[in-house]
Amino acid sequence: MKVLAAMSGGVDSAVAAARAVDAGHDVTGVHLALSPSPASYRSGARGCCSLEDSRDARRAADVLDIPFYVWDVAERFARDVVDDFVAEYAAGRTPNPCVRCNERIKFAAVLDRALALGFDAVCTGHYARLVDGLLHRAVDSGKDQSYVLAVLRPDQLARAMFPLGDTRKPDVRAEAAARGLIVADKPDSHDICFIADGDTRRWLEGRLGSQPGPIVDAQTGDVVGGHDGAYAFTVGQRRGLGVTVPAPDGRPRYVLDVSVVTRTVTVGPEDRLDVRTVLAGEPTWCGPQPTLPWQGLAQLRAHGEVHRCTGEVVDGRLVVRLWDPARGIAPGQTVALYDDTRVVGSATINSTAG
Amino acid sequence: MAYLDHAATTPMVPQAAETMAALLSDCGNASSLHGAGRRARRIVEESREAVAAALGARPSEVVFTGGGTEADNLAVKGIFWSRRDADPRRCRVLVSAVEHHAVMDSAEWLAAREGAVITWLPVDETGRVAPQTLRDALVAEPDDVALVSVMTANNEVGTVQPVDELAAIAREFGVPMHTDAVQAVGQLPLDFAQSGVDAMTVTGHKFGGPLGVAALLLGRDVDCVPVLHGGGQERDVRSGTLDVPAIAAFAVAAELAVKEQPVRAERLRELRNSLVDGVVVAVPDAQLNGEPSLDPLRRLPGNAHFSFPGCEGDALLMLLDARGIECSTGSACSAGVARPSHVLLAMGHDEARARASLRFSLGHTSTDADVAAVIDAIAPVVERARSTSG
Ligand SMILES: Cc1ncc(COP(=O)(O)O)c(C=O)c1O
Repeated sequence: MKVLAAMSGGVDSAVAAARAVDAGHDVTGVHLALSPSPASYRSGARGCCSLEDSRDARRAADVLDIPFYVWDVAERFARDVVDDFVAEYAAGRTPNPCVRCNERIKFAAVLDRALALGFDAVCTGHYARLVDGLLHRAVDSGKDQSYVLAVLRPDQLARAMFPLGDTRKPDVRAEAAARGLIVADKPDSHDICFIADGDTRRWLEGRLGSQPGPIVDAQTGDVVGGHDGAYAFTVGQRRGLGVTVPAPDGRPRYVLDVSVVTRTVTVGPEDRLDVRTVLAGEPTWCGPQPTLPWQGLAQLRAHGEVHRCTGEVVDGRLVVRLWDPARGIAPGQTVALYDDTRVVGSATINSTAG
Repeated sequence: MAYLDHAATTPMVPQAAETMAALLSDCGNASSLHGAGRRARRIVEESREAVAAALGARPSEVVFTGGGTEADNLAVKGIFWSRRDADPRRCRVLVSAVEHHAVMDSAEWLAAREGAVITWLPVDETGRVAPQTLRDALVAEPDDVALVSVMTANNEVGTVQPVDELAAIAREFGVPMHTDAVQAVGQLPLDFAQSGVDAMTVTGHKFGGPLGVAALLLGRDVDCVPVLHGGGQERDVRSGTLDVPAIAAFAVAAELAVKEQPVRAERLRELRNSLVDGVVVAVPDAQLNGEPSLDPLRRLPGNAHFSFPGCEGDALLMLLDARGIECSTGSACSAGVARPSHVLLAMGHDEARARASLRFSLGHTSTDADVAAVIDAIAPVVERARSTSG
């Protein structure tokens, strides 16, 4: 097969590409330039789009002796991921940009271009497994990235290749070192790649400006503090509220609700965060559509715990009822449905109920 | 494998490679006073004389540098500084809009850090600066101009500038002129003295010499502030221990390129013309960018530059590479990301046409088979690339 390996400059995608070569595929490496003006060097564990990352990716491709190109997807990325990220926060939701990037960039714009250029598949360093065309969790549960891939349709998965799904991260690093890939020791990337210093709140402030409003206690209805922008708060958040008035019961307070319209952040005790019903958008099925109502597992945030649940579709939208309550579920996140290790499908969370 | 990227770099001619190889294990610093130093110095000075003779300069006007980029930086910054020091009103630089980044970014650096003001000299749709354009720019405010820089031949579209005429105008106003002649050596007749310019950049690896060695031909009466400080080896304008084997090979290649220029140019022109004809037949809507007449004194004989409507240059490059055909989009890269070429934009083309472009450049090792390979591959490649955009 002619395989296009997306190479970020990190260790995972380099080893994934190497394994695709070993499997006998005709592999071409491509680094996706996501920023129109990349920084020269990466700082710490953040970012994946510096010139240094691009050079690291090229270096790895040279070691593997495969052709290498940089594809400029900065415009698409800015529109479909970054602008969407800002708009979601502006609407009081908490988006997951990695999900959007997989959905709209890696397995859409890039995959389409690859297919048009005569490639058969796109290979990435995601930790997930494909078994008979179905998406499963990775063997390394600490690294599992099936949640951010749960937006992919069967036709996209049919063109995807995740060679690392059966390997634990330390073994991937060891393999990189053994193959002479100098990225073996590179730190893992965390956080959001386009927010270089990791300070999401300040980054958003620069784009959305100051929108001051009250922080209201859900139990007493009192204004207990103020904020510079409701968008900077996420349901379930406890730290950084700046509330000085103690709660009547003395217990810590959490963000219960973010209303951008009234610029109000509502806080209250932890038990008010309990969610039993998740109302989500139109589902994407990663495999055959299950018979509904369906019983299985739901995961409501990246690396979050799973809950037994019942899922059904009402008016084209996914409704998930959890058997035991989940805490602090933010609209904008993805609900991913699992049948044991297999990803059944996903949808974006619109609202929740206790 | 068909290599059609000679404008990026061209193979060393065997005579230059042999000269260099023979000297690589000799020890001698051309600045030393002992025998080894004297031997090295002699090689350098003979090379300097050979380069001067080949390019119509005096030996004292040849300043060896570590590459064309360095020579361009030295000319633009050094002459600017010197002229401004002599008269603080001189802060304007007149630079053509189609320069290589070595000149363009030097000017922009001067603007950002040294208070220079840039006047970009516009070009017509073939990429040429009209002499009247320069005259108008000079007449407006002749006393504030530090320097003019217009390249001899463009590296992307191959357009040859009317350097002699431009130099005469600059001279009329008493303003020094630099020309980046990197792409011209071996393809065009070149004579430093006759051209009337004050500074001219040439670099080895574009005409069969080694990488990392170049010369700035700098008129004897042209003052230039150094960029690199140190031992002052080259006329106190450029410091650094001289790379004797590279300089010797550079001189051999320069002599040969100039001697063979008429023959090479004719051969390149024939090959290039059959490439252009073949491509246009295979892809009828292919657009030839730059000088349409293919006159070897108006367009580099080894240059062919097309836009393929509906394609992205990137995709074409990759598909051709996969078929063993090596060419270039000719546009500047940052992090390997292709940006629409400033040259095509300056010529009045839109971003789409700029992004759809591809450069084939021929050189002294090019063959009929290389041209045939392109003509064979281009139609299916363009068709495939078209299906990727949209
Ligand atoms: C027109 C032009 N000027 C300057 C340069 C830079 O020369 P060098 O590669 O020797 O630094 C090049 C080649 O890349 C060129 O084409």
